[in-house]
Amino acid sequence: MQDIPIYEFTLLGWIALLPLLGAIFNGILGARLPRALVSTVAAGAMGVAFILSIVAVWTLFQGRFEGADGHTLYGALYHNVFTWFEVGSLRVDFELLLDPLSAVMILIITGVGFLIHVYSIGYMEGDRSWWRFFTYLNFFVFAMLMLVLGDNLVVLFLGWEGVGVASYLLIGFWYEDDEKASAGKKAFIVNRVGDFAVLLALFLLVIYAGSLSVVELREWASTLSPAQVTALGGVLTAICILLFIGCTGKSAQIPLFVWLPDAMAGPTPVSALIHAATMVTAGVYLIARLNFLFVLSPTAMTLIAVIGGLTAFFAATIGVVQNDIKKVLAYSTVSQLGFMFLAVGVGSFFAGVFHLMTHAFFKALLFLGAGSVIHGMHHEQDIRRMGGLKDYMPITRWTFLVGCLAIAGFPLFSGFFSKDEILWYTLANVHLLGGVNLSWFLWFLALGTAFLTAFYMFRLYFLTFEGECRADEKTRSHIHESPLAMTLPLVVLAVLAGFGGFVGIPPVLGNALGGLPNVMHDWLYQVIGPGEAFFAYRFEGYGMAWMSMAAATASGIGGIALAWLFYGKPSDVPGAMAEKAAAVHRILSNKYYVDEFYAATVGRGVTLLGRVCHRLVDELLIDTLLVNGTARLMGFLGSVLRVVQNGQVQRYVAFVFLGIAIILYLVLR
Amino acid sequence: MTENLIPWITLTVFTPLLGAIVLALVPSEHKQLHRHMTVVFMGLTFVLSLPLVLLFDDAHVGYQLTAPVENVEWIAALGARYHVGIDGISLWLVMLTTFLGPIVALSGYSAIEKHVKEYHVALLVLQTAMLGALVSLDLLLFYIFWELMLVPMYFLIGVWGGAQRIYAAIKLFIYTMFGSVLMLVGIVYLYMKGGMVGFDITHLIEVGRSLSITEQRWLFVGFGLAFLIKVPLFPFHTWLPDAHVQAPTAGSVILASVLLKMGTYGLIRYAMPMLPDGVFWAAPYIAVLSVIGVIYGAVVAFVQKDVKKLVAYSSVSHLGVVTLGLFALTSASVTGALYQSLAHGITTGGLFLAIGIIYERRHTRDMDAFGGIARQVPVFAVLFLIVTLGSAGVPGLVGFIGEYLILLGSAQSYAIAFPAEETRMFGLAFGAVGWAFFFTAIAATGVILGALYLLHMYQKVMFGPVKHDENRSLLDVNGRELTYMFPVVAMCFVMGVFPQFFIQKMDTSVQHFIAQVEQHAVEYAPMVEENRAANRERRRFRGEGDAAFSWPMIDAARSGEFSFDNGRDDDGQADDADPLPDDDDTP
Amino acid sequence: MLSLPLSWYLMLSATLFVMGALGLLLRRNAIVAFMCVEVMLNAVNLTFIAFSKYHQDYTGQVFVFMVIAVAAAEAGIGLAMIVNMFRHKHSVQVDEATLLRH
Repeated sequence: MQDIPIYEFTLLGWIALLPLLGAIFNGILGARLPRALVSTVAAGAMGVAFILSIVAVWTLFQGRFEGADGHTLYGALYHNVFTWFEVGSLRVDFELLLDPLSAVMILIITGVGFLIHVYSIGYMEGDRSWWRFFTYLNFFVFAMLMLVLGDNLVVLFLGWEGVGVASYLLIGFWYEDDEKASAGKKAFIVNRVGDFAVLLALFLLVIYAGSLSVVELREWASTLSPAQVTALGGVLTAICILLFIGCTGKSAQIPLFVWLPDAMAGPTPVSALIHAATMVTAGVYLIARLNFLFVLSPTAMTLIAVIGGLTAFFAATIGVVQNDIKKVLAYSTVSQLGFMFLAVGVGSFFAGVFHLMTHAFFKALLFLGAGSVIHGMHHEQDIRRMGGLKDYMPITRWTFLVGCLAIAGFPLFSGFFSKDEILWYTLANVHLLGGVNLSWFLWFLALGTAFLTAFYMFRLYFLTFEGECRADEKTRSHIHESPLAMTLPLVVLAVLAGFGGFVGIPPVLGNALGGLPNVMHDWLYQVIGPGEAFFAYRFEGYGMAWMSMAAATASGIGGIALAWLFYGKPSDVPGAMAEKAAAVHRILSNKYYVDEFYAATVGRGVTLLGRVCHRLVDELLIDTLLVNGTARLMGFLGSVLRVVQNGQVQRYVAFVFLGIAIILYLVLR
Repeated sequence: MTENLIPWITLTVFTPLLGAIVLALVPSEHKQLHRHMTVVFMGLTFVLSLPLVLLFDDAHVGYQLTAPVENVEWIAALGARYHVGIDGISLWLVMLTTFLGPIVALSGYSAIEKHVKEYHVALLVLQTAMLGALVSLDLLLFYIFWELMLVPMYFLIGVWGGAQRIYAAIKLFIYTMFGSVLMLVGIVYLYMKGGMVGFDITHLIEVGRSLSITEQRWLFVGFGLAFLIKVPLFPFHTWLPDAHVQAPTAGSVILASVLLKMGTYGLIRYAMPMLPDGVFWAAPYIAVLSVIGVIYGAVVAFVQKDVKKLVAYSSVSHLGVVTLGLFALTSASVTGALYQSLAHGITTGGLFLAIGIIYERRHTRDMDAFGGIARQVPVFAVLFLIVTLGSAGVPGLVGFIGEYLILLGSAQSYAIAFPAEETRMFGLAFGAVGWAFFFTAIAATGVILGALYLLHMYQKVMFGPVKHDENRSLLDVNGRELTYMFPVVAMCFVMGVFPQFFIQKMDTSVQHFIAQVEQHAVEYAPMVEENRAANRERRRFRGEGDAAFSWPMIDAARSGEFSFDNGRDDDGQADDADPLPDDDDTP
Repeated sequence: MLSLPLSWYLMLSATLFVMGALGLLLRRNAIVAFMCVEVMLNAVNLTFIAFSKYHQDYTGQVFVFMVIAVAAAEAGIGLAMIVNMFRHKHSVQVDEATLLRH
């Protein structure tokens, strides 16, 4: 492990600036400009940003060299835009940093972002707030780029909150519907709970590490000796857990996942871009970015893995019974994000980022496919009223099928590689929590999730595209394939979702196939190397790896087969099962009543506390008793004392004499 | 520093008063003329204050820009002087005041119809009083300006206010007087202790420092109460919601943006450097009240139906963070407190202006009377959203920087810890770091709660379906309203993106302020020293010189010398296996 | 006169003063009360003069002139007030003049 060279690269600023300029332009002038110009500016800014990203990543790639330990290193591109603020010894610069990890992210963000901008031109056609939509979307991309490019954690936090704002605006895009506006608000507030924890973590980092620049933090971590780590143990764990709480908010993990399903209120391209491909993966990115820190706290790592695994499994169980096409995909996203956290939690930062990438491809594809269906069905989202769409929308159907196969982990599709990697790491390392090794527990959890994922995704596919059409006559006569602007991104994403996995061939397969390299891992090694160095394989040889891969494949195919049995042809099995296990079905349909629980505890609690403080403390105690009470006391004293002042001159004189007498007594005593 | 011959400060302070005199001479039937002239004089004041920023010397410690005529004898018998000057602490508050002057003058064009002349005279006199209080370097002069502020404010609320205006005005007056009188006693005591030679701050600060701990405590109660009531700190805050709700828009804006800042300014200029031991004594108690205020203000704001009341309680919450920052006494937190004072001036001022705009159209402040008006008033919706998010502390906007710096600073503070022996009986005997982090964590929940009530308000007013037919015909902001909203919104961005421009002018003064307080603490000197030692101790974790990038941890983990919780020893295989860091070169 | 000791003067003065004070306290008629005040003033004057003679210091006598002058002014104002009061109330009873209370 060695110091990483950093090269100045001014273009970085422009990558982030372009979408911002697009947003400013459309935000100020958009309402008065022709629609075509608005969308061209927005998509054009994204396109140019994508090209610039490619240039930047290519530059980074050109600078590769062989490191001291034989791995290829790439260094990093760096640009300090300006000093944000500086107080005492703390200096926060607007620093941008492009290293292999952020390179992957900006390619996903600008690439997928560009496709989704193009798609939106078709999807949002006819919406009267066209300009507003593109303004928000461009602003989101800007914030997301700040998040991944920011070297300083405060700049990262700027992006972190910025994407929250963009998400708030876009979920509540159709704000005339109160429910949609509330969904946006909920997303922002739940995210803020996480942000609160991130803030605290940043403070601890400043206190103990003295810096918030990732480069400097890495340097700091590289100097820590075992004795220092032991001394710092609790603090490091606290920092990591606080950061992770932030991630549970942004990336919709237990216990803060409740906002993501509601976020489907936003337009579908938004769900695809923000709530599937990019923003929600920010938590995974953050942990991968700070891997050198997280590995110093095994407790936090295992906690992350456990939360990730549990989220993956529980979200998958909810996904099985949802009937709204976007809700199924939403729970599937929560579940897949759980997978990513499982990956980084078990120490495979590479697999986490790899799954992040493949997920961005296939989940964006699935969401856009769902959007195409919704668009074709005139805003019908209930899969019980779909069916047989393969004849009406062939392109959507085939691309959607690719997405389903990818997420189900069907061999050689992208999801297969990334999921396999995660399962293998889970098993190969020891994960202790309270002295118990959780490897097998996590592995089975992941395996069960893989099975459920394949099942509900193909349930969705069969109900939507196969069988008889269950829509009413009127709708049926209108169903049509979407315009080119929408199908083209679908095709591009389908190609990526299909073949994107080959950049990360696991070593067990690579070796068997004659030494194929794991391109993705080699690329990321510079960033995740220090973190990985802490994890050693428990199993020698490839036996267990083959076993794990076989089990994953089997569970995926098993899930598909079961879905085909239940939904591939008309069948009353699912209905009967739902009736038999009515209680379970009800709990699952109601999402384990988590929303209701929060509403009853936190929601009611704050309102009640507010009322009590206002009515009891403010109005009764302080105002009535103390403030007005003092005034009343004065009034009362006055009314007592004024009895003496009855206007009788002679009584006044008597008091004068009495007073003189008292004074005389006191003086002459 | 070159000698400054033109009395810019005096010009800035007294231009509004000149305006008031001119206005008084114009017959009251020329309503429009009065309005225009007020804007002109306010604008002139702002222009005259610009040289203060341009001529300001960042590196200069102490007060500056005092022209020779600005340090002259005033009341010879008492030794009081007319002495004005600014430093990094007052500079931006002066600028905030002059910046908001034309804005509040513009905001009252159509809202104020009765006693137009008197209204504008009151506004202009208030402006002079506020500016005078900010630049005074003589305690008696300050006190007079401080009391003078109250008079026009009393009339602004009492004459041009809402239905309950008399109650609100008297409440404001009595609350403030209560504190002021205590302060006056303190001033007289200091004056007598100082040999009755004068009220110069530098002199009185030295006098204050030399007092015993008991005297400092008592004086701090006096000075502290006067300023903390103005801030307002929980539980002295109940005048604020009433005053805000009843005041006309301009009154609310000035009240929130500048008058409340007088409290923090008074603390940082007078009370704290004068009574260092008193500060250390009071800091933990004030920190407790501050964090209570943060949460209290937020939850009470959340249940309000009246928009103005909601914003008023949000001030209680925001200023709780500010007082925490002040008493945490670290450079980050004090800078943050000052910055947050400015930010609060911009965002809360902006919120009140925005509420004033819709109030003028619908004559109600009840949130339920609105709803869904974003479609009718799109430009207003954007402006309102930006100030709302600014107030909620979204990074990139003005509210974030101050809040972040305060919390960052208070997390490292040593000043806000209770002594262990006092709290052991409650089982709360954690150390300085523990207390600081505890307070910070509670104050940081304001981040969550702020988003909660502000977005709640925004949604109630702007989003959802239109429920009342009156709202269908609402007019969007007109040119005049846009003229005064735009600078506020622009400042939200400028101060959020380029805070360094503002902070670098404060920095020297803030560092000087902290050094003053720390160096002159006598009773609490051991605590200051302890903190220095603890900081050195913490810095020990920051690298070991040449060891950079050696990753001793990785070597230790690889060689098995070090393992967490004896983790890998539980599993026999882990120790034997060749620990390969990556999967590529596995055989 | 020369042979009279100081205490005699003082006793006379005290007696006069007490008589005046009691009259002021007990009599309701404003004019009588007013005359009582004059008696009290003259009692004090007597004391001044007695001490002046005793100490051979004329300041006391000068002060008596001062008191007489003030008493004259007071008599002017007081009587005017009483006349005014009689015009309003058709009475000079002091216990009826309670307009200013509370």
